[in-house]
Amino acid sequence: MSKAIVLYLHAHQPWRLRHYTIFDAAQSHNYFDTDNQDENANQRVLKKVAAKSYIPTNAKLKQLLDEYPEFKLNLSITGLLIEQLEKWAPEVLVSFQDLVATGRVEIATETYYHSLAFFYNRDEFERQVQQHSEKIQQLFGQTPKVIRNTELAYNNELAQWADQAGYKGILAEGWDPILGWRSPNFMYRPVGTNNIKLLLKNYRISDDIAFRFGNSEWEQWPLTTDKFTHWLNETHDADIFNLFMDYETFGEHQWEDKGIFDFLEHLPKQWLSRPGNTFMTFGEAIDSFEPKDEIDMPYTVTWADTERDLTAWNGNKMQQEALSAVYSISEQIMGSGDLKLIDDWRRLQTSDHFYYMCTKWFNDGDVHAYFSPYGSPYDAFINFMNVYHDLVWRSSKVGVYQ
Amino acid sequence: MLGWELPPNNSGGLGVACLQLSKALASAGADIEFVLPHYHEPKYDFMRVTSALRHGVRAIVSAKAYESFRYLLEDGSFFEVNMHDQQEAYAQMVGHLAESLEFDVIHAHDWLTFRAALLAREKKNRPLILHVHSIERDRAGGPDGNPFVREIEATSMLLADHVIAVSERTKQMIIEDYNIPADKIEVVHNSIDIADMEPLDEQNAYRYFADMKSDGWKVIANVGRLTIQKGLPHLIQATSEVVKRCPKTMLLFVGDGDQRDELLELAAEKGIGKNVVFAGFLRGKQWRDAYAIADLFVMPSVSEPFGLTPFEAAGYGTSSLISKQSGVAEVFKNCLKVDFWDTDEMANQIVSVLQNQGLRETLTDNAWQEYQSLGWGSAADRIMERYRMFHEKAMA
Repeated sequence: MSKAIVLYLHAHQPWRLRHYTIFDAAQSHNYFDTDNQDENANQRVLKKVAAKSYIPTNAKLKQLLDEYPEFKLNLSITGLLIEQLEKWAPEVLVSFQDLVATGRVEIATETYYHSLAFFYNRDEFERQVQQHSEKIQQLFGQTPKVIRNTELAYNNELAQWADQAGYKGILAEGWDPILGWRSPNFMYRPVGTNNIKLLLKNYRISDDIAFRFGNSEWEQWPLTTDKFTHWLNETHDADIFNLFMDYETFGEHQWEDKGIFDFLEHLPKQWLSRPGNTFMTFGEAIDSFEPKDEIDMPYTVTWADTERDLTAWNGNKMQQEALSAVYSISEQIMGSGDLKLIDDWRRLQTSDHFYYMCTKWFNDGDVHAYFSPYGSPYDAFINFMNVYHDLVWRSSKVGVYQ
Repeated sequence: MLGWELPPNNSGGLGVACLQLSKALASAGADIEFVLPHYHEPKYDFMRVTSALRHGVRAIVSAKAYESFRYLLEDGSFFEVNMHDQQEAYAQMVGHLAESLEFDVIHAHDWLTFRAALLAREKKNRPLILHVHSIERDRAGGPDGNPFVREIEATSMLLADHVIAVSERTKQMIIEDYNIPADKIEVVHNSIDIADMEPLDEQNAYRYFADMKSDGWKVIANVGRLTIQKGLPHLIQATSEVVKRCPKTMLLFVGDGDQRDELLELAAEKGIGKNVVFAGFLRGKQWRDAYAIADLFVMPSVSEPFGLTPFEAAGYGTSSLISKQSGVAEVFKNCLKVDFWDTDEMANQIVSVLQNQGLRETLTDNAWQEYQSLGWGSAADRIMERYRMFHEKAMA
């Protein structure tokens, strides 16, 4: 019986806010870049991640696609990353197009702004998904049939919305309390839907690569493709292995000197060496396998942290205040008709801004700190709210300023 | 143990730190003879307190920026002596006492006791640990300071067996100013004995502020000596910017010091005279309630070897904005931090706290959690280990 690896890489960079004080509000409306190139965090990070991750990984993926006709994968690229690539690394965008041109790379859609709009403003969510799909169509000539929500935040309502909207597939975390005895290695159907199929991330084997790969304290370290494919081959009760992870796993979260690119290079050869093993795009998997069962997720599940909920983004009062503030001005922003203002407002909806304000593990100083451009969650909140105040000011002065 | 002050006869944080550390050391098994330069009440069940100076002196306070000392007598009168004489008198008394006392280790807190400590070691040949809560550069607010004090600090630390600094920052300054080898200096951060903190009662002493707050006013507070080291002109400058954005802002100073009048004038010059209140030096309920009434506690110190006040604020339910130039900033996570000279950023952060309830509550709640885990236990364990080590070395 054949088994398929469904490899899915999610690529994203937010528009980080520059240092913006209350004295900038109503004075300067440039939130994201500074004139000083050295201090331009977005450009600096993008160039660094491009060099460490996007460029070498795409080169490796292209080589594997050329070498192994059965090798396939899936991608999603947020609108904000696409914008930054267009601006500072257009050659990377071309290399993504080259991958898609092989016909064996499928792109999933999501909110253009990597936002949590689904939970706060449904119309806004739909507009952002629409914007992303259009951008993907325009750049890659593909109309996405599969959708993922930011941070893999998923519940029944989202699945039902996506089913109505005509998507063939949707992604979620294969979280044990929801699955119970069921395995993430099969296709499922979300409760209350007619056609859409649900692909569940196998977080154990995904996180072996994404989180534990370079950790020499881990008892399975070092992780070789031999060992990894052996685990998969020994898992008899399975149709698909959903390996979902951040694209930046390759070269940025896991460094080249730890052997992550060698792992990627050897994975197809090792996996395909056993007859019946293959790789699939989302679309192929959806067409090949019927749902085993119905999955009910009344509460929102994400792919983050041990809680797998949204509390990394809305768990404390600062985060709640910031989220409520930014969505409370939806009408006046949209009503302004000012496209620049609307775009700036949407960039503020990016989930990363709220993640930077997370205090859950601040005392332990863990991974949250690694990804934050701020010294503390409080600094993140202060900066964000100052920009928010300026947005409010601008929306009240539409047609007056500038 | 040689110290300069203990509560309630203390002018600042040194006395509090000495008392709480001694208590923790005692429960870790230390037998402490605490030698003060003046008569002291109350008595403690965990250590003996010995007076090394004439009977009837209630307290000794710095009268003129540490150039002279004022002896406050039991009958309310006072006299002043210059620093040299003061040093000498305490050192001679301690040297004399050392001959009759039995002890294994000498542990001395800050420069005022260092010469006495050296003399005691000379008499009994016991290991000497110097505990540095501040150095002259901190107190002088700059590199100059009093050369006499600098010389005492330099010589004593060079001669001591071991030096304990209350922060990484203090350790670096000791290395820079006195060329003491880094491996001789150990950082043991100060802490706070939360069981020692008096609880708040129902009604806050600041009725006026309570009323103003119900009318939408916000209160920023600073608690500490009004002296150059504390960076208070920066806070006034920042507050003048804050008031432009948030006119209903009051700044409350609790404490006294040589800079009081200068701060008054500066506030008036900046046009925020009516927004600034000087409550004077306070203890007890009025002192506690200042923390409690504030929406934000600000410690803008130019140089703060440690700085306990943000912990106290956390204990009384108030969030803090502290200067990065403080030792406490090395350990206290759930607070805002700013360079003391960056008054624009200071104003920016103050405005955010005053305007955002969510930020205030998250800061306060998390600081409270962090506060709950504070204590002197681990500091005492480390110091006990040093006592044992140097004692064994001396016996060998």
